[in-house]
Amino acid sequence: MSACFAVITADAIDPARLLADTVSSSDGAALLFWGVVREQNDGRPVADLEYSAYAPMAEKEMLRIAQEAREQFGTGAVGVIHRTGLLAIGEASVAISVASPHRGEAYEASRYVIEQLKQRVPVWKREGYVDGEREWVPGFTPAVQEAQ
Amino acid sequence: MNVRTLFFASYRDLAGTDELALELPAGARVADLVGRLRARGDALARLPESLVVAVNMDYAPLSTELRDGDEVAFIPPVAGG
Repeated sequence: MSACFAVITADAIDPARLLADTVSSSDGAALLFWGVVREQNDGRPVADLEYSAYAPMAEKEMLRIAQEAREQFGTGAVGVIHRTGLLAIGEASVAISVASPHRGEAYEASRYVIEQLKQRVPVWKREGYVDGEREWVPGFTPAVQEAQ
Repeated sequence: MNVRTLFFASYRDLAGTDELALELPAGARVADLVGRLRARGDALARLPESLVVAVNMDYAPLSTELRDGDEVAFIPPVAGG
């Protein structure tokens, strides 16, 4: 049985390796979510995206999400990789691999991981526009549990 | 006691630094730390009212009591993916 994993990296993501690192002999499917940099946002042409992260916490939170997905949907291993640094149009900023005995749970778990990642993981992006300006992309405010 | 405070993304731009070391009285809470930062009379006074903070890499309420050596990170709205 493969273990869940989560990585923040400045290097390009290798999808074949990500899939191979999650699949084990009990799995019948592996689902890859491949999030890429788009050429425009709200109609404004984008030249590139610069990602930064609170890396150790981001890895901890992504691993927690991967393990939640595995438990909640009964999948096999879940692997999550998020890029940092300057990314060009078409490059992958995030990739999620969900291995699973059956495909149905894999689709649900993959969706869960990307939605939770966007709401909880301390990663930020700054868009560089074709006109040369750079702006932080507005994000989600993470929910904080009150003390018991 | 001493705590490390970390600033990221737009908050780092605001703070002009990614890290500040602060000395606080024993028993201080995150809210006291925030008050101390706002009272410095510099750009940190412009930190937003509703702040999200992580203590030692876990999200934590402003009522959290701090300990010597804690790492307190100010987390702007997140935008991964």
